[in-house]
Amino acid sequence: MDFTYKKPEALTDVRTHYCPGCGHGIAHTLIAEVVDALKIRKRTIGVAPVGCSVLAYFYMNFDVTEAAHGRTPSVATGIKRVLPDRIVFSYQGDGDLAAIGTAETIHTANRGENITVVFMNNAVYGMTGGQMAPTSLIGQKTATSPNGRDPETMGPPIRMCELLNTLDRPYHIERVAIDGPDGVRKVRKALFTAFKAQVEGKGYSFIEVLSPCPVYQRLSPVDALRFVGKEMAAYFPVRVFRKEGTIINA
Amino acid sequence: MAKRVLMNGNDAIGEGAIRAGCDAYYGYPITPQNELTAYMATHMPEHRRIFIQAESEIAAINMVFGTVAAGKRAMTSSSSPGISLKQEGISFLAGAELPGVIVNVQRGGPGLGNIAPSQADYFQATKGGGHGDYHQIVLAPNSVQEMHDLTIKAFGLAEKYRNPVMILTDGRLGQMMEPLTLYTGRPPVMPPKDWAVNGARNRSPNFIRSLYLVEGELEALNIKLQKKYARIRKDEILWEDRLTRDCDVLLVAYGTSARIAKGALTVAREAGIRAGLIRPITLWPFPHTAIAKAAERAKGILVVEMSSGQMLEDVKMSVNGQVPVFFEGRMGGGVPLTSTILKRIKTIARIKKRR
Repeated sequence: MDFTYKKPEALTDVRTHYCPGCGHGIAHTLIAEVVDALKIRKRTIGVAPVGCSVLAYFYMNFDVTEAAHGRTPSVATGIKRVLPDRIVFSYQGDGDLAAIGTAETIHTANRGENITVVFMNNAVYGMTGGQMAPTSLIGQKTATSPNGRDPETMGPPIRMCELLNTLDRPYHIERVAIDGPDGVRKVRKALFTAFKAQVEGKGYSFIEVLSPCPVYQRLSPVDALRFVGKEMAAYFPVRVFRKEGTIINA
Repeated sequence: MAKRVLMNGNDAIGEGAIRAGCDAYYGYPITPQNELTAYMATHMPEHRRIFIQAESEIAAINMVFGTVAAGKRAMTSSSSPGISLKQEGISFLAGAELPGVIVNVQRGGPGLGNIAPSQADYFQATKGGGHGDYHQIVLAPNSVQEMHDLTIKAFGLAEKYRNPVMILTDGRLGQMMEPLTLYTGRPPVMPPKDWAVNGARNRSPNFIRSLYLVEGELEALNIKLQKKYARIRKDEILWEDRLTRDCDVLLVAYGTSARIAKGALTVAREAGIRAGLIRPITLWPFPHTAIAKAAERAKGILVVEMSSGQMLEDVKMSVNGQVPVFFEGRMGGGVPLTSTILKRIKTIARIKKRR
């Protein structure tokens, strides 16, 4: 896995709309680097969600389609089944994947679709203005949990890697974190593993990326990285859950 | 020689989709369309095509979205409550200008309703259903043969206009068996799909979207859609005309109701009453002009539906107050009786012409 530090061919040369300190730009770059490294740009199809990354198609230099909120893995399934030699991935936020699209997430994984799911978990709804996400931490203040998330009435945050790891069909499940330079390198490595698995026809892979959202995590960019690496990672353990189809114990 | 077979309406749609080159079918169990899903489960794999029993109607319509976005042919089917769940997806197909075929084997409503045949989803199918200013093309078969033939037509129209097409039928047509001649022609051939997301090989990347945030962009899309709808209205209206040239009483009915209306028409003619029938085959676009023309000399129009009177509004719009329009219908899975329709025909035939 050799990476050259330059603008990847799989990324368009435009300024993104993301806020300063946001993890999406980093994740987009890492995906583009992996697509270049695997030389799959001309056969990669991305499925963008509803959320901050809905405009991902402006930034990705390969085919991308929009999907209705939460239906991202169903759209990816519909593409992959009829074009099995293409590389299809969905890119989803926590609201898209773990709230409105939970059923699609679980059943796509359970069918073991040979796709890659990139789950951007920043514990908050960004696009709509900082509402509580299914992954917001206990006590986290958001527009819709102004006094902090109360697990008694709102439920505790959902751990999606752990939930999906109960299913038989997934090939690779891993949680990584954009919490600093080392974390970023690990995110890229995880994405490479997942995309490579799909290229080799191994099956479903799921990469959860804990990600900073300084604006709605209500923190400075530097503190947001610390929030991801410490507070989020304390609740959402950063590790490999499934490797080559085998459950990895903590 | 074309093969003559005995089939139920749901199976006839399934076989039609296969012969139209449908690459993928996505469904979810709901009565009274289950035969179709089961037919596809058995026969799509035989043709090396894709069948998935989705986790919901919502997932199914979005799998359709993915497959048609990739440039392939896809269909989903359901019945009324399940079709309600698909409305968001249909709006997305319309907004992204993607072809998809959706079958609604209607049952009684509202709510969970019942599993008896109904035509109460006419408004939903023809006036929008989902959010936004859009139309889907709506085809209304009235026989097992038409269930088959219109399915093949649906795939052609969907791709010709890059627009969702609905086959609006009901549990009675879905369940009943009739002999039919299977389609033996080639699947509809369409221009190359240079817009599809199937890998940016030897071209710049494509993207498919229905989100337009820049001021004026979405209005421009809507204007483009309306121009497309105008072309469809101009070129694609279909109807059956039966004995309307001299009719005093014009019947307007579609699908199962039209079959019953035809029965009443035959008896009325035998009794010397000049009755005629317009049976819309496309419900959107609607044969407004054909109805207005057929009603020119009529004393009155009788609309027959298995609803509270939904198509009735389109018929009234067609004649714009020039001819009295009456309604005979039943709701909640009830089916109009020939005798009741005949009684109404006789009453209308007694109206003295004022014009």
